[in-house]
Amino acid sequence: MSLEVRLSHAFPGFTLEVDFAAPDGVTALFGRSGSGKTTVINAVAGLLRPAQGRVAVNGTVLLDTARGMVHPPHRRRIGYVFQEGRLFPHLSVRQNLAFGQWFGPRDGAAVETDRVVEMLGIGHLLSRRPGLLSGGEKQRVAIGRALLSSPRLLLMDEPLASLDEARKTEILPYLERLRDETRIPILYVSHAMAEVARLATTIVTLHEGRVGLSGPAGHVLADPRVVPEIGVREAGAAIEARVVSHDAVGGVTELAISAGRLVLPHIDAPPGSTVRVRIHAHEVILATEKPSAISALNILPATVTSLSGGDGPGVAVGLLAGEDPMLAHITKRSATALGLAPGTPCFAIVKSVAVARRDIGSFETRHA
Amino acid sequence: MDWLSPEEWMAVRLSLRVSFWATLISLPFGVLTALALARGRFWGKSLLNGLVHLPLILPPVVTGYLLLILFGRRGPIGSFLEDTFGIVFAFRWTGAALACAVMGFPLMVRAIRLAIEAVDPKLEDAAGTLGANRLWTFAVVTLPLILPGILAGAILAFAKAMGEFGATITFVSAIPGQTQTLPTAIYAFLQVPGGEASAMRLVVVSIILAMGALLVSEAVARRVAKRIAAR
Repeated sequence: MSLEVRLSHAFPGFTLEVDFAAPDGVTALFGRSGSGKTTVINAVAGLLRPAQGRVAVNGTVLLDTARGMVHPPHRRRIGYVFQEGRLFPHLSVRQNLAFGQWFGPRDGAAVETDRVVEMLGIGHLLSRRPGLLSGGEKQRVAIGRALLSSPRLLLMDEPLASLDEARKTEILPYLERLRDETRIPILYVSHAMAEVARLATTIVTLHEGRVGLSGPAGHVLADPRVVPEIGVREAGAAIEARVVSHDAVGGVTELAISAGRLVLPHIDAPPGSTVRVRIHAHEVILATEKPSAISALNILPATVTSLSGGDGPGVAVGLLAGEDPMLAHITKRSATALGLAPGTPCFAIVKSVAVARRDIGSFETRHA
Repeated sequence: MDWLSPEEWMAVRLSLRVSFWATLISLPFGVLTALALARGRFWGKSLLNGLVHLPLILPPVVTGYLLLILFGRRGPIGSFLEDTFGIVFAFRWTGAALACAVMGFPLMVRAIRLAIEAVDPKLEDAAGTLGANRLWTFAVVTLPLILPGILAGAILAFAKAMGEFGATITFVSAIPGQTQTLPTAIYAFLQVPGGEASAMRLVVVSIILAMGALLVSEAVARRVAKRIAAR
Protein backbone atom coordinates (compact mmCIF):
# COMPACT_ATOMS: atom_id res chain seq x y z
CA MET A 1 0.00 0.00 0.00
CA SER A 2 1.53 3.33 -0.98
CA LEU A 3 -0.61 5.41 1.36
CA GLU A 4 -1.63 4.56 4.90
CA VAL A 5 -3.71 6.96 6.97
CA ARG A 6 -5.04 6.45 10.46
CA LEU A 7 -6.33 9.47 12.37
CA SER A 8 -8.50 10.20 15.33
CA HIS A 9 -9.29 13.62 16.67
CA ALA A 10 -12.17 15.03 18.68
CA PHE A 11 -13.51 18.47 17.81
CA PRO A 12 -16.35 20.07 19.75
CA GLY A 13 -19.42 18.32 18.32
CA PHE A 14 -17.49 16.29 15.75
CA THR A 15 -15.26 13.27 16.02
CA LEU A 16 -12.93 12.17 13.27
CA GLU A 17 -12.03 8.50 13.26
CA VAL A 18 -10.59 7.29 9.96
CA ASP A 19 -8.40 4.42 8.90
CA PHE A 20 -7.67 3.56 5.29
CA ALA A 21 -4.92 2.41 2.98
CA ALA A 22 -4.60 2.87 -0.75
CA PRO A 23 -2.36 1.68 -3.59
CA ASP A 24 -0.73 3.95 -6.21
CA GLY A 25 -2.89 6.22 -8.31
CA VAL A 26 -5.65 8.59 -7.30
CA THR A 27 -7.36 7.94 -4.00
CA ALA A 28 -10.59 9.90 -3.85
CA LEU A 29 -11.94 10.96 -0.47
CA PHE A 30 -15.62 11.38 -1.16
CA GLY A 31 -18.24 12.76 1.17
CA ARG A 32 -20.72 15.56 1.80
CA SER A 33 -19.47 18.88 3.12
CA GLY A 34 -18.82 18.53 6.82
CA SER A 35 -17.91 14.85 6.57
CA GLY A 36 -14.30 15.60 7.52
CA LYS A 37 -12.56 15.34 4.15
CA THR A 38 -10.54 18.55 4.43
CA THR A 39 -9.69 17.76 8.04
CA VAL A 40 -8.17 14.46 6.92
CA ILE A 41 -5.93 15.99 4.28
CA ASN A 42 -4.93 18.90 6.52
CA ALA A 43 -3.78 16.31 9.06
CA VAL A 44 -1.89 14.45 6.34
CA ALA A 45 -0.25 17.73 5.25
CA GLY A 46 0.63 18.63 8.84
CA LEU A 47 -1.51 21.77 8.97
CA LEU A 48 -3.55 20.15 11.73
CA ARG A 49 -2.16 18.01 14.50
CA PRO A 50 -4.45 15.09 15.30
CA ALA A 51 -4.76 13.75 18.84
CA GLN A 52 -3.75 10.32 17.59
CA GLY A 53 -2.71 9.01 14.23
CA ARG A 54 -0.22 7.57 11.84
CA VAL A 55 0.46 8.61 8.24
CA ALA A 56 2.87 6.80 5.95
CA VAL A 57 3.60 7.33 2.26
CA ASN A 58 5.44 4.54 0.42
CA GLY A 59 6.86 3.33 3.71
CA THR A 60 8.04 6.75 4.94
CA VAL A 61 6.35 7.60 8.21
CA LEU A 62 5.37 11.28 8.41
CA LEU A 63 3.30 11.15 11.55
CA ASP A 64 3.16 8.64 14.36
CA THR A 65 1.74 10.04 17.55
CA ALA A 66 2.32 6.74 19.36
CA ARG A 67 6.06 7.33 18.94
CA GLY A 68 5.73 11.08 19.46
CA MET A 69 6.80 11.74 15.88
CA VAL A 70 5.16 14.74 14.26
CA HIS A 71 6.91 16.21 11.23
CA PRO A 72 6.08 19.88 10.56
CA PRO A 73 4.50 20.58 7.12
CA HIS A 74 7.73 21.84 5.55
CA ARG A 75 9.51 18.55 6.25
CA ARG A 76 6.80 16.26 4.91
CA ARG A 77 7.36 16.92 1.19
CA ILE A 78 3.68 16.80 0.42
CA GLY A 79 2.33 18.88 -2.44
CA TYR A 80 -0.99 20.50 -1.60
CA VAL A 81 -3.31 21.93 -4.24
CA PHE A 82 -5.82 24.08 -2.39
CA GLN A 83 -9.37 24.76 -3.44
CA GLU A 84 -8.62 28.46 -3.97
CA GLY A 85 -5.18 27.99 -5.53
CA ARG A 86 -3.37 30.13 -2.95
CA LEU A 87 -0.80 31.41 -5.43
CA PHE A 88 1.57 34.01 -4.00
CA PRO A 89 0.25 37.33 -5.34
CA HIS A 90 3.62 39.12 -5.16
CA LEU A 91 5.40 36.54 -7.30
CA SER A 92 5.13 35.83 -11.02
CA VAL A 93 3.82 32.50 -12.29
CA ARG A 94 7.42 31.43 -12.95
CA GLN A 95 8.45 32.31 -9.39
CA ASN A 96 5.38 30.59 -7.97
CA LEU A 97 6.32 27.43 -9.85
CA ALA A 98 9.91 27.66 -8.61
CA PHE A 99 8.91 28.28 -4.99
CA GLY A 100 8.86 24.61 -4.00
CA GLN A 101 12.17 24.02 -5.73
CA TRP A 102 13.92 26.67 -3.63
CA PHE A 103 13.16 24.66 -0.53
CA GLY A 104 12.92 21.18 -2.04
CA PRO A 105 15.49 18.42 -1.90
CA ARG A 106 18.80 19.31 -3.53
CA ASP A 107 19.48 15.83 -4.91
CA GLY A 108 18.13 16.47 -8.40
CA ALA A 109 14.54 17.49 -8.99
CA ALA A 110 12.32 14.49 -9.58
CA VAL A 111 10.10 16.41 -11.95
CA GLU A 112 11.34 18.69 -14.69
CA THR A 113 9.90 22.17 -15.00
CA ASP A 114 9.63 22.07 -18.78
CA ARG A 115 7.66 18.85 -18.77
CA VAL A 116 5.23 20.08 -16.12
CA VAL A 117 4.75 23.41 -17.89
CA GLU A 118 4.06 21.56 -21.13
CA MET A 119 1.75 19.02 -19.50
CA LEU A 120 -0.35 21.72 -17.84
CA GLY A 121 -0.27 24.06 -20.83
CA ILE A 122 0.90 27.09 -18.84
CA GLY A 123 3.95 28.10 -20.90
CA HIS A 124 2.36 31.34 -22.09
CA LEU A 125 1.59 32.45 -18.52
CA LEU A 126 5.06 32.26 -16.99
CA SER A 127 5.80 35.97 -16.81
CA ARG A 128 2.34 36.99 -15.59
CA ARG A 129 1.18 37.66 -12.06
CA PRO A 130 -1.47 35.44 -10.47
CA GLY A 131 -3.91 38.36 -10.19
CA LEU A 132 -4.26 38.43 -13.98
CA LEU A 133 -5.04 34.72 -14.43
CA SER A 134 -8.44 33.11 -14.89
CA GLY A 135 -9.67 30.61 -12.31
CA GLY A 136 -8.73 27.64 -14.47
CA GLU A 137 -5.27 29.02 -15.19
CA LYS A 138 -4.66 29.67 -11.48
CA GLN A 139 -5.56 26.08 -10.62
CA ARG A 140 -3.23 24.71 -13.30
CA VAL A 141 -0.38 26.83 -11.96
CA ALA A 142 -1.20 25.68 -8.43
CA ILE A 143 -1.05 22.06 -9.57
CA GLY A 144 2.28 22.73 -11.28
CA ARG A 145 3.68 24.46 -8.20
CA ALA A 146 2.77 21.51 -5.97
CA LEU A 147 4.13 19.03 -8.50
CA LEU A 148 7.48 20.83 -8.86
CA SER A 149 8.19 20.68 -5.14
CA SER A 150 9.08 17.00 -5.75
CA PRO A 151 6.36 15.72 -3.44
CA ARG A 152 6.03 12.21 -2.06
CA LEU A 153 2.27 12.65 -2.25
CA LEU A 154 -0.07 15.17 -3.87
CA LEU A 155 -3.08 16.40 -1.93
CA MET A 156 -5.91 18.01 -3.84
CA ASP A 157 -8.73 19.65 -1.94
CA GLU A 158 -11.64 20.13 -4.34
CA PRO A 159 -9.33 21.69 -6.94
CA LEU A 160 -12.22 22.15 -9.36
CA ALA A 161 -14.93 23.24 -6.93
CA SER A 162 -14.47 26.97 -7.52
CA LEU A 163 -14.61 26.62 -11.32
CA ASP A 164 -17.51 26.64 -13.75
CA GLU A 165 -18.37 23.64 -15.94
CA ALA A 166 -16.29 24.83 -18.89
CA ARG A 167 -13.17 25.27 -16.76
CA LYS A 168 -13.70 21.88 -15.10
CA THR A 169 -13.85 20.25 -18.51
CA GLU A 170 -10.65 22.12 -19.34
CA ILE A 171 -8.72 20.84 -16.31
CA LEU A 172 -9.94 17.25 -15.95
CA PRO A 173 -7.80 15.96 -18.85
CA TYR A 174 -4.71 17.49 -17.18
CA LEU A 175 -5.51 15.65 -13.97
CA GLU A 176 -5.92 12.42 -15.92
CA ARG A 177 -2.50 12.97 -17.51
CA LEU A 178 -1.07 13.68 -14.07
CA ARG A 179 -2.44 10.37 -12.80
CA ASP A 180 -1.19 8.44 -15.80
CA GLU A 181 2.18 10.12 -16.43
CA THR A 182 3.63 10.63 -12.96
CA ARG A 183 4.17 8.00 -10.30
CA ILE A 184 3.15 10.30 -7.46
CA PRO A 185 0.21 9.05 -5.41
CA ILE A 186 -2.65 11.55 -5.21
CA LEU A 187 -5.18 12.00 -2.41
CA TYR A 188 -8.12 13.78 -4.01
CA VAL A 189 -10.93 15.31 -1.98
CA SER A 190 -14.23 15.92 -3.71
CA HIS A 191 -17.95 15.92 -3.25
CA ALA A 192 -18.54 15.77 -7.03
CA MET A 193 -19.08 12.19 -8.13
CA ALA A 194 -18.51 13.04 -11.80
CA GLU A 195 -14.86 13.97 -11.05
CA VAL A 196 -14.34 11.06 -8.72
CA ALA A 197 -15.75 8.55 -11.22
CA ARG A 198 -13.38 9.84 -13.91
CA LEU A 199 -10.22 10.11 -11.84
CA ALA A 200 -10.23 7.73 -8.93
CA THR A 201 -8.28 4.51 -8.74
CA THR A 202 -9.42 3.97 -5.17
CA ILE A 203 -12.45 5.48 -3.47
CA VAL A 204 -12.84 6.10 0.25
CA THR A 205 -16.22 7.47 1.29
CA LEU A 206 -16.45 9.54 4.45
CA HIS A 207 -19.59 9.99 6.49
CA GLU A 208 -19.65 12.12 9.66
CA GLY A 209 -15.96 11.63 10.28
CA ARG A 210 -15.90 7.90 9.61
CA VAL A 211 -14.99 5.75 6.63
CA GLY A 212 -18.03 4.26 4.91
CA LEU A 213 -16.81 2.21 1.96
CA SER A 214 -13.31 1.93 0.61
CA GLY A 215 -11.79 -0.06 -2.21
CA PRO A 216 -11.05 -0.03 -5.95
CA ALA A 217 -13.13 2.62 -7.72
CA GLY A 218 -14.97 0.15 -9.96
CA HIS A 219 -16.13 -1.88 -6.99
CA VAL A 220 -17.12 0.99 -4.71
CA LEU A 221 -19.06 2.79 -7.45
CA ALA A 222 -21.02 -0.36 -8.27
CA ASP A 223 -21.71 -1.29 -4.66
CA PRO A 224 -25.43 -0.93 -3.85
CA ARG A 225 -24.49 0.27 -0.35
CA VAL A 226 -22.92 3.40 -1.85
CA VAL A 227 -26.27 4.68 -3.12
CA PRO A 228 -27.46 6.27 0.15
CA GLU A 229 -24.05 7.90 0.60
CA ILE A 230 -23.75 9.51 -2.80
CA GLY A 231 -27.38 9.81 -3.85
CA VAL A 232 -29.50 7.99 -6.42
CA ARG A 233 -28.70 10.42 -9.24
CA GLU A 234 -24.92 10.07 -8.84
CA ALA A 235 -24.66 6.31 -8.31
CA GLY A 236 -23.42 4.10 -11.10
CA ALA A 237 -20.53 1.93 -12.19
CA ALA A 238 -17.36 3.16 -13.88
CA ILE A 239 -16.16 0.54 -16.31
CA GLU A 240 -12.92 0.40 -18.22
CA ALA A 241 -13.51 -0.21 -21.89
CA ARG A 242 -11.24 -0.61 -24.92
CA VAL A 243 -12.07 1.32 -28.07
CA VAL A 244 -12.61 -1.15 -30.93
CA SER A 245 -13.83 0.91 -33.86
CA HIS A 246 -15.58 4.07 -34.90
CA ASP A 247 -18.64 4.06 -37.13
CA ALA A 248 -18.34 7.39 -38.93
CA VAL A 249 -21.72 7.07 -40.64
CA GLY A 250 -23.70 6.15 -37.54
CA GLY A 251 -21.66 8.51 -35.35
CA VAL A 252 -21.04 5.84 -32.75
CA THR A 253 -18.03 4.10 -31.22
CA GLU A 254 -17.88 0.42 -30.46
CA LEU A 255 -16.05 -0.64 -27.29
CA ALA A 256 -15.11 -3.95 -25.75
CA ILE A 257 -15.82 -4.70 -22.10
CA SER A 258 -15.60 -7.96 -20.24
CA ALA A 259 -19.32 -8.64 -20.75
CA GLY A 260 -19.25 -8.06 -24.50
CA ARG A 261 -19.69 -5.03 -26.75
CA LEU A 262 -20.77 -1.52 -25.83
CA VAL A 263 -21.97 0.96 -28.44
CA LEU A 264 -21.78 4.60 -27.42
CA PRO A 265 -21.98 8.02 -29.11
CA HIS A 266 -18.69 8.86 -30.80
CA ILE A 267 -15.72 8.95 -28.41
CA ASP A 268 -12.66 10.96 -29.33
CA ALA A 269 -10.06 8.26 -28.67
CA PRO A 270 -8.07 6.07 -31.09
CA PRO A 271 -8.95 2.38 -31.48
CA GLY A 272 -7.01 0.29 -28.99
CA SER A 273 -6.98 2.93 -26.28
CA THR A 274 -8.69 2.43 -22.94
CA VAL A 275 -11.39 4.75 -21.66
CA ARG A 276 -13.43 4.78 -18.50
CA VAL A 277 -17.18 4.82 -19.05
CA ARG A 278 -19.59 5.81 -16.33
CA ILE A 279 -22.99 4.18 -16.48
CA HIS A 280 -25.53 5.81 -14.17
CA ALA A 281 -27.55 3.32 -12.12
CA HIS A 282 -30.84 5.00 -12.98
CA GLU A 283 -30.14 4.63 -16.72
CA VAL A 284 -29.89 0.85 -16.51
CA ILE A 285 -32.96 -1.26 -17.32
CA LEU A 286 -33.09 -4.87 -16.15
CA ALA A 287 -34.80 -7.78 -17.93
CA THR A 288 -34.84 -11.46 -17.07
CA GLU A 289 -35.38 -12.46 -20.71
CA LYS A 290 -33.30 -11.16 -23.59
CA PRO A 291 -35.43 -8.52 -25.27
CA SER A 292 -35.65 -8.38 -29.01
CA ALA A 293 -36.93 -5.50 -31.12
CA ILE A 294 -35.72 -2.82 -28.71
CA SER A 295 -34.11 0.52 -29.54
CA ALA A 296 -31.41 0.25 -26.85
CA LEU A 297 -28.15 -0.89 -28.44
CA ASN A 298 -26.52 -2.40 -25.40
CA ILE A 299 -27.88 -5.59 -23.89
CA LEU A 300 -25.34 -7.08 -21.50
CA PRO A 301 -25.72 -10.46 -19.84
CA ALA A 302 -25.26 -10.14 -16.08
CA THR A 303 -25.90 -11.79 -12.74
CA VAL A 304 -27.49 -10.16 -9.70
CA THR A 305 -25.01 -10.06 -6.81
CA SER A 306 -26.87 -8.07 -4.18
CA LEU A 307 -29.94 -5.94 -3.56
CA SER A 308 -30.08 -2.98 -1.23
CA GLY A 309 -33.24 -1.01 -0.64
CA GLY A 310 -33.97 1.88 1.67
CA ASP A 311 -37.25 3.39 2.83
CA GLY A 312 -38.11 4.78 -0.61
CA PRO A 313 -39.66 3.01 -3.58
CA GLY A 314 -36.28 2.23 -5.14
CA VAL A 315 -33.80 -0.58 -4.78
CA ALA A 316 -30.15 -0.68 -5.84
CA VAL A 317 -29.23 -3.87 -7.64
CA GLY A 318 -25.59 -4.91 -7.75
CA LEU A 319 -24.66 -6.82 -10.91
CA LEU A 320 -21.71 -8.63 -12.32
CA ALA A 321 -21.45 -8.20 -16.07
CA GLY A 322 -18.55 -10.33 -17.22
CA GLU A 323 -15.85 -9.32 -14.73
CA ASP A 324 -17.13 -5.80 -14.21
CA PRO A 325 -19.41 -4.87 -11.34
CA MET A 326 -22.38 -2.75 -12.43
CA LEU A 327 -25.20 -1.05 -10.64
CA ALA A 328 -28.86 -0.59 -11.53
CA HIS A 329 -31.46 1.43 -9.68
CA ILE A 330 -35.03 0.19 -10.22
CA THR A 331 -38.30 0.22 -8.25
CA LYS A 332 -38.96 -2.34 -5.55
CA ARG A 333 -42.09 -3.29 -7.44
CA SER A 334 -40.07 -4.23 -10.56
CA ALA A 335 -37.56 -6.19 -8.51
CA THR A 336 -40.39 -8.20 -6.96
CA ALA A 337 -42.19 -8.70 -10.28
CA LEU A 338 -38.97 -10.01 -11.89
CA GLY A 339 -38.17 -12.11 -8.84
CA LEU A 340 -34.65 -10.68 -8.57
CA ALA A 341 -32.42 -12.23 -5.92
CA PRO A 342 -28.65 -12.73 -5.64
CA GLY A 343 -27.68 -15.21 -8.31
CA THR A 344 -30.53 -14.40 -10.73
CA PRO A 345 -29.27 -14.21 -14.33
CA CYS A 346 -30.56 -11.16 -16.17
CA PHE A 347 -29.82 -8.64 -18.89
CA ALA A 348 -28.69 -5.07 -18.24
CA ILE A 349 -29.96 -2.72 -20.92
CA VAL A 350 -28.20 0.62 -21.47
CA LYS A 351 -29.27 3.25 -23.98
CA SER A 352 -26.27 4.55 -25.88
CA VAL A 353 -27.30 8.16 -25.60
CA ALA A 354 -27.68 7.79 -21.82
CA VAL A 355 -23.89 7.95 -21.51
CA ALA A 356 -22.95 11.60 -21.63
CA ARG A 357 -19.68 12.71 -23.17
CA ARG A 358 -18.46 14.19 -19.88
CA ASP A 359 -18.89 10.76 -18.27
CA ILE A 360 -16.16 9.33 -20.43
CA GLY A 361 -12.61 9.78 -19.25
CA SER A 362 -9.31 8.75 -20.73
CA PHE A 363 -7.55 6.01 -18.87
CA GLU A 364 -4.11 4.71 -19.69
CA THR A 365 -3.56 1.24 -18.32
CA ARG A 366 -0.66 1.33 -15.93
CA HIS A 367 2.31 -0.86 -16.64
CA ALA A 368 3.37 -1.67 -13.14
CA MET B 1 20.41 77.09 1.11
CA ASP B 2 21.34 80.74 1.67
CA TRP B 3 17.87 81.71 2.73
CA LEU B 4 18.27 79.81 6.03
CA SER B 5 20.59 81.19 8.69
CA PRO B 6 23.24 78.74 10.04
CA GLU B 7 21.22 78.46 13.23
CA GLU B 8 18.00 77.60 11.39
CA TRP B 9 19.85 75.20 9.07
CA MET B 10 21.30 73.45 12.12
CA ALA B 11 17.81 72.83 13.50
CA VAL B 12 16.62 71.39 10.18
CA ARG B 13 19.64 69.12 9.86
CA LEU B 14 19.34 67.97 13.46
CA SER B 15 15.65 67.21 13.05
CA LEU B 16 16.31 65.15 9.92
CA ARG B 17 19.06 63.21 11.67
CA VAL B 18 16.99 62.62 14.81
CA SER B 19 13.95 61.50 12.80
CA PHE B 20 15.98 59.26 10.50
CA TRP B 21 17.62 57.35 13.33
CA ALA B 22 14.47 57.26 15.46
CA THR B 23 12.61 55.63 12.53
CA LEU B 24 15.38 53.26 11.48
CA ILE B 25 16.17 51.92 14.95
CA SER B 26 12.53 51.49 15.97
CA LEU B 27 11.52 49.74 12.71
CA PRO B 28 12.65 46.19 13.59
CA PHE B 29 11.07 46.53 17.04
CA GLY B 30 7.93 47.86 15.40
CA VAL B 31 7.69 44.85 13.07
CA LEU B 32 8.28 42.41 15.93
CA THR B 33 5.75 44.12 18.19
CA ALA B 34 3.17 44.25 15.39
CA LEU B 35 3.74 40.54 14.71
CA ALA B 36 3.29 39.69 18.37
CA LEU B 37 0.10 41.75 18.58
CA ALA B 38 -1.35 40.50 15.29
CA ARG B 39 -0.47 36.82 15.49
CA GLY B 40 0.74 36.05 18.99
CA ARG B 41 -1.30 34.36 21.68
CA PHE B 42 0.38 34.93 25.01
CA TRP B 43 -0.28 36.09 28.51
CA GLY B 44 -0.05 39.87 28.88
CA LYS B 45 -0.89 40.68 25.26
CA SER B 46 -3.39 43.37 26.29
CA LEU B 47 -0.78 44.80 28.64
CA LEU B 48 1.76 45.03 25.81
CA ASN B 49 -0.88 46.58 23.57
CA GLY B 50 -1.65 49.18 26.24
CA LEU B 51 2.02 49.94 26.86
CA VAL B 52 2.69 50.45 23.15
CA HIS B 53 -0.25 52.82 22.80
CA LEU B 54 0.44 54.74 26.00
CA PRO B 55 2.50 57.54 24.34
CA LEU B 56 -0.42 58.16 22.01
CA ILE B 57 -2.83 58.99 24.83
CA LEU B 58 -0.58 60.36 27.56
CA PRO B 59 0.27 64.08 27.53
CA PRO B 60 3.67 64.28 25.76
CA VAL B 61 5.07 66.12 28.77
CA VAL B 62 4.30 63.08 30.91
CA THR B 63 6.03 60.75 28.45
CA GLY B 64 9.04 63.07 28.38
CA TYR B 65 9.16 63.20 32.16
CA LEU B 66 8.94 59.40 32.42
CA LEU B 67 11.80 59.13 29.93
CA LEU B 68 13.81 61.58 32.05
CA ILE B 69 13.21 59.47 35.18
CA LEU B 70 14.06 56.17 33.42
CA PHE B 71 16.75 57.21 30.94
CA GLY B 72 18.30 60.18 32.74
CA ARG B 73 21.90 59.80 33.93
CA ARG B 74 20.65 58.80 37.36
CA GLY B 75 17.68 56.84 36.08
CA PRO B 76 17.78 53.03 36.38
CA ILE B 77 18.02 52.36 32.64
CA GLY B 78 20.04 55.47 31.81
CA SER B 79 22.76 54.74 34.38
CA PHE B 80 22.91 51.08 33.34
CA LEU B 81 23.35 51.98 29.65
CA GLU B 82 26.00 54.58 30.47
CA ASP B 83 27.98 52.24 32.73
CA THR B 84 27.73 49.23 30.41
CA PHE B 85 27.78 50.62 26.88
CA GLY B 86 28.69 54.24 27.38
CA ILE B 87 25.43 55.35 25.78
CA VAL B 88 24.10 58.63 27.13
CA PHE B 89 20.63 59.93 26.31
CA ALA B 90 20.27 62.89 28.66
CA PHE B 91 20.56 66.25 26.86
CA ARG B 92 22.06 64.65 23.75
CA TRP B 93 20.61 64.30 20.25
CA THR B 94 20.33 60.55 20.95
CA GLY B 95 17.86 61.42 23.69
CA ALA B 96 15.81 63.45 21.22
CA ALA B 97 15.82 60.44 18.88
CA LEU B 98 14.68 58.19 21.74
CA ALA B 99 11.83 60.55 22.62
CA CYS B 100 10.76 60.74 18.96
CA ALA B 101 10.97 56.95 18.55
CA VAL B 102 8.80 56.36 21.61
CA MET B 103 6.22 58.92 20.47
CA GLY B 104 6.08 57.55 16.92
CA PHE B 105 6.08 53.89 17.95
CA PRO B 106 2.30 53.42 18.36
CA LEU B 107 1.65 54.89 14.90
CA MET B 108 4.27 52.64 13.34
CA VAL B 109 2.99 49.50 15.09
CA ARG B 110 -0.63 50.23 14.14
CA ALA B 111 0.15 50.56 10.44
CA ILE B 112 2.28 47.40 10.34
CA ARG B 113 -0.20 45.44 12.44
CA LEU B 114 -3.04 46.26 10.05
CA ALA B 115 -0.92 45.06 7.14
CA ILE B 116 -0.08 41.79 8.92
CA GLU B 117 -3.72 41.17 9.74
CA ALA B 118 -4.56 41.62 6.06
CA VAL B 119 -2.20 38.80 5.05
CA ASP B 120 -4.07 35.53 4.53
CA PRO B 121 -2.48 32.95 6.87
CA LYS B 122 -3.53 30.36 4.29
CA LEU B 123 -0.78 31.66 2.01
CA GLU B 124 1.73 30.96 4.78
CA ASP B 125 0.31 27.44 5.16
CA ALA B 126 0.80 26.98 1.43
CA ALA B 127 4.44 28.08 1.75
CA GLY B 128 4.86 25.52 4.53
CA THR B 129 3.60 22.66 2.36
CA LEU B 130 6.09 23.77 -0.30
CA GLY B 131 8.97 23.21 2.10
CA ALA B 132 9.57 26.66 3.59
CA ASN B 133 10.04 26.73 7.36
CA ARG B 134 8.49 29.55 9.38
CA LEU B 135 11.43 31.92 9.13
CA TRP B 136 11.71 31.53 5.37
CA THR B 137 7.95 31.82 5.01
CA PHE B 138 8.12 35.14 6.84
CA ALA B 139 11.02 36.33 4.70
CA VAL B 140 9.65 35.42 1.28
CA VAL B 141 5.88 35.54 1.73
CA THR B 142 4.78 37.59 4.73
CA LEU B 143 7.42 40.32 4.57
CA PRO B 144 6.93 41.21 0.88
CA LEU B 145 3.17 41.26 1.39
CA ILE B 146 3.34 43.63 4.38
CA LEU B 147 5.96 45.90 2.81
CA PRO B 148 3.43 48.66 2.00
CA GLY B 149 2.34 48.63 5.65
CA ILE B 150 5.93 48.79 6.87
CA LEU B 151 6.65 51.73 4.57
CA ALA B 152 3.50 53.50 5.68
CA GLY B 153 4.41 52.90 9.32
CA ALA B 154 7.95 54.15 8.82
CA ILE B 155 6.82 57.31 7.07
CA LEU B 156 4.20 58.00 9.73
CA ALA B 157 6.82 57.58 12.44
CA PHE B 158 9.25 59.81 10.55
CA ALA B 159 6.63 62.54 10.16
CA LYS B 160 5.71 62.26 13.82
CA ALA B 161 9.40 62.53 14.78
CA MET B 162 9.80 65.68 12.66
CA GLY B 163 6.97 67.31 14.60
CA GLU B 164 7.60 65.93 18.10
CA PHE B 165 7.76 68.72 20.67
CA GLY B 166 6.51 68.00 24.19
CA ALA B 167 8.36 64.82 25.08
CA THR B 168 11.58 66.02 23.46
CA ILE B 169 11.75 69.38 25.21
CA THR B 170 10.85 67.78 28.57
CA PHE B 171 13.40 64.98 28.27
CA VAL B 172 16.40 66.66 26.63
CA SER B 173 15.48 70.38 26.61
CA ALA B 174 16.30 72.47 23.53
CA ILE B 175 20.03 72.99 23.26
CA PRO B 176 20.94 74.52 19.87
CA GLY B 177 22.97 72.08 17.80
CA GLN B 178 22.37 69.26 20.25
CA THR B 179 18.68 68.86 21.02
CA GLN B 180 17.00 71.84 19.42
CA THR B 181 14.88 70.19 16.71
CA LEU B 182 12.69 71.98 14.17
CA PRO B 183 9.58 72.43 16.36
CA THR B 184 11.55 73.48 19.44
CA ALA B 185 13.54 75.91 17.30
CA ILE B 186 10.32 77.47 15.96
CA TYR B 187 9.07 77.81 19.51
CA ALA B 188 12.36 79.36 20.65
CA PHE B 189 12.39 81.88 17.76
CA LEU B 190 8.86 82.92 18.65
CA GLN B 191 9.99 83.70 22.22
CA VAL B 192 12.59 86.31 21.16
CA PRO B 193 11.74 89.73 19.66
CA GLY B 194 12.26 89.77 15.87
CA GLY B 195 12.34 86.01 15.59
CA GLU B 196 9.14 85.78 13.56
CA ALA B 197 10.95 85.74 10.20
CA SER B 198 13.15 82.80 11.26
CA ALA B 199 10.15 81.00 12.68
CA MET B 200 8.22 81.54 9.44
CA ARG B 201 11.07 80.13 7.31
CA LEU B 202 11.21 77.02 9.50
CA VAL B 203 7.43 76.69 9.26
CA VAL B 204 7.75 76.65 5.46
CA VAL B 205 10.48 73.99 5.69
CA SER B 206 8.23 71.95 8.00
CA ILE B 207 5.35 72.11 5.57
CA ILE B 208 7.54 71.16 2.62
CA LEU B 209 9.05 68.18 4.46
CA ALA B 210 5.67 66.97 5.70
CA MET B 211 4.05 67.26 2.27
CA GLY B 212 7.07 65.58 0.66
CA ALA B 213 6.89 62.64 3.05
CA LEU B 214 3.18 62.29 2.40
CA LEU B 215 3.58 62.35 -1.39
CA VAL B 216 6.47 59.88 -1.33
CA SER B 217 4.51 57.48 0.88
CA GLU B 218 1.45 57.71 -1.36
CA ALA B 219 3.50 57.06 -4.48
CA VAL B 220 5.38 54.14 -2.94
CA ALA B 221 2.19 52.59 -1.57
CA ARG B 222 0.50 52.89 -4.95
CA ARG B 223 3.42 51.28 -6.77
CA VAL B 224 3.73 48.41 -4.31
CA ALA B 225 0.00 47.78 -4.27
CA LYS B 226 -0.07 47.69 -8.06
CA ARG B 227 2.85 45.28 -8.17
CA ILE B 228 1.33 42.93 -5.59
CA ALA B 229 -2.29 42.79 -6.60
CA ALA B 230 -2.50 43.27 -10.33
CA ARG B 231 -6.21 42.55 -10.30
